[in-house]
Amino acid sequence: MALWNAVASRLARQRSWTAGVGSSRALSSWWHSVEPAPKDPILGVTEAFLADPSPDKVNVGVGAYRDDNGKPVVLECVREAERRIAGSMNMEYLPMGGSVKMVEETLKLAYGDNSEFIKDKRVAAVQALSGTGACRLFAEFQKRFRPESQIYIPVPTWSNHHNIWRDAQVPQRTYHYYHAESRGLDFASLMDDVKNAPSGSFFLLHACAHNPTGVDPSEEQWREISQQFKAKGHFALFDMAYQGFASGDPERDAKSIRIFLEDGHFIGIAQSYAKNMGLYGQRVGCLSVLCEDEKQAVAVKSQLQMIARPMYSNPPVHGALIVSTILGDPELKQLWLKEVKGMADRIIGMRTALRENLENLGSSLSWKHITEQIGMFCYSGMTPEQVDRLTKEFHIYMTRNGRISMAGVTTGNVRYLANAIHVVTEST
Amino acid sequence: MASDSVFAAVVRAPEDPILGVTVAYNKDTSPNKLNLGVGAYRTEEGKPLVLNVVRRAEQILVNDESRVKEYLGITGLADFNKLSAKLILGADSPAIQDNRVTTVQCLSGTGSLRVGAEFLARHYHEKTIYIPNPTWGNHPKIFNLAGLSVKTYRYYDPATKGLDFQGLLEDLGAAPSGAIVLLHACAHNPTGVDPTLEQWEQIRQLIRSKQLLPFFDSAYQGFASGSLDADAESVRMFVADGGECLAAQSYAKNMGLYGERVGALSIVCKAADVASRVESQLKLVIRPMYSNPPIHGASIVAAILKDSEMYQEWTVELKAMADRILSMRQQLFEALSARGTPGDWSHIIKQIGMFTFTGLNSEQVAFMTKEYHIYMTSDGRISMAGLSSRTVPHLADAIHAAVTRST
Repeated sequence: MALWNAVASRLARQRSWTAGVGSSRALSSWWHSVEPAPKDPILGVTEAFLADPSPDKVNVGVGAYRDDNGKPVVLECVREAERRIAGSMNMEYLPMGGSVKMVEETLKLAYGDNSEFIKDKRVAAVQALSGTGACRLFAEFQKRFRPESQIYIPVPTWSNHHNIWRDAQVPQRTYHYYHAESRGLDFASLMDDVKNAPSGSFFLLHACAHNPTGVDPSEEQWREISQQFKAKGHFALFDMAYQGFASGDPERDAKSIRIFLEDGHFIGIAQSYAKNMGLYGQRVGCLSVLCEDEKQAVAVKSQLQMIARPMYSNPPVHGALIVSTILGDPELKQLWLKEVKGMADRIIGMRTALRENLENLGSSLSWKHITEQIGMFCYSGMTPEQVDRLTKEFHIYMTRNGRISMAGVTTGNVRYLANAIHVVTEST
Repeated sequence: MASDSVFAAVVRAPEDPILGVTVAYNKDTSPNKLNLGVGAYRTEEGKPLVLNVVRRAEQILVNDESRVKEYLGITGLADFNKLSAKLILGADSPAIQDNRVTTVQCLSGTGSLRVGAEFLARHYHEKTIYIPNPTWGNHPKIFNLAGLSVKTYRYYDPATKGLDFQGLLEDLGAAPSGAIVLLHACAHNPTGVDPTLEQWEQIRQLIRSKQLLPFFDSAYQGFASGSLDADAESVRMFVADGGECLAAQSYAKNMGLYGERVGALSIVCKAADVASRVESQLKLVIRPMYSNPPIHGASIVAAILKDSEMYQEWTVELKAMADRILSMRQQLFEALSARGTPGDWSHIIKQIGMFTFTGLNSEQVAFMTKEYHIYMTSDGRISMAGLSSRTVPHLADAIHAAVTRST
């Protein structure tokens, strides 16, 4: 390194004789030692898919909804909201905490329309940059105000969760979640981990439609988890990215949160409109923290804003306007609920079709987990090697953990997909 | 055990000094109140302005049924990135032609600065950034939180209300080799004091000879002089010498896209493969922060920049905003002269951009707020964009009263 620098600076001095005083260092970049970063495992899949020229290619990688023709969808309620917004609003800065109207409507979805916590102004809430931004705000807040704490993250989880808490410099622990043999929930081990964690630990919970496994606790299991959390004084942060998208009914999908609220927990919630309103690129979400009283909620909100200010100052207005336009208008809200149910139903239909196709192909393996899992993703149980074969031989793209985005499955490709899965799993 | 919040001990944070001004202004019930706090452009009627060309772009977007709202890639809208680099560096920039520039879409100026700072804190060997004294209040927080340590260099001379050029050269001259230097590309915030081109050349020579790393904050391109090219001269001078630099761009003011949070971070590198590796590392900073940037504002910008007729319309509207501000400067200066307000107020017309550093102290500012319902940041910075011909007399009266009152 020192030798390299010496050579570089000698050459630079030679160069500067001819170029005149004040020319820059001739040869070396400040960034010569910057390594190429690994590709993001999820977003890298779509990049590879786009680069593939095969006419048979199937993208069941990233979790973005597709209709039965494999096309992205803009909801009718969103198009209508945009028509109303365009030309009518100015683009002034939102407050640091975002759109008040949007946040109000968003809290109702999570906490309930008639939530006493909202009425009593006990919820500290700010608009965030979708689910990622909401989680990151919480992680930074946790680091600042509970610096001794760590975060318990389920195994497996959305890979970016690890990046978020790592960049916020909050140490991570894991808790058991997925049971590989049954392709279901490892409930006993999960409860053990909750019991054995030090009192007052911070846990990340997926409110519904766990990503990547699609495996959710039952209502009864949620109640037991809540009781155990109470006994240990743990903090629960719910990441809810799929409300409405899992069962088709937003109220039902918020059950886990409502159970915790009934049991008296002070929770945090990260909400996203990326999937359930199809607002992916608009980056609309919300982080909320339930507090003891209004005074505390005001304090917590002000501190969340202090984290947002040096990160992006204030959140983007357009997506928030779409959300508040839709949720603030009863007709548009009804339309939205109908469209969300439509998306969820299509996915449930594809789960059934994929399972039936595999069973009809005579697969010796059990595929009942396809219909037992819920939400956008199916944790197929395939190995990375099997996934690689799917990509190489069949031009089917998914993340190497075997996660299938059911939203990418259509009546047009489900047979092809089932056949490919059957081929790579039956022969191994 | 579920009865105590784990955040029970959290105390309420102080109001942001800049954004808090608008909060206080909104609470004031006086009909004469005047908001000269936040740097958001206002028309003569005191209204926010959405540019015509922006409305046109919006309509095009909304009418295009084929448009979807999918995730952008981590680095944002590709068209937008290319066009933004051209805008700041010049369409014929050799650095762009050599593929030595990586540009990533970020959340306005704040987001671009933060992403750039995070990258530097991780990959650059010098973790100190020198910022001018004074600077935008959010700058030190951005850099501190990104993991850089912040030092200042002399910039504003209260005696002349101009540039402390000697002090600047001394302080940058004393900086350790490799240190990062934050430079306001034009229309320095809060002072409105910019180096001349000759002074920029001297600054460039000093920075290059000491191997300091320039990090430009360009939030007012086109807004300062009315010319997009003139306002980018400082940045282009540094790029022309073949060296490396960072540049944070914002479209908040010059396209009036404030709340849409549109900006770009460009890193000019020595070689194309370096730029490519740098870009891959920028993605690792962005992904755990917000995954990918918001699509709407960037789509508007791209639509305007890529269409020569809309681009033209934009330059005309931009110049009109810059001209109105120049006119406000002139009117305020004349109003103070007419009142015989003690002191030299020529800095009002010498300073450039959205802000004037009046030279009023915090006590005088508090007086003006209390007695005249005029809101500004306590450092005496006023946003000229918040003035109109109708309100200039009120402001002049208030300044006169503040300066002449016996304490």
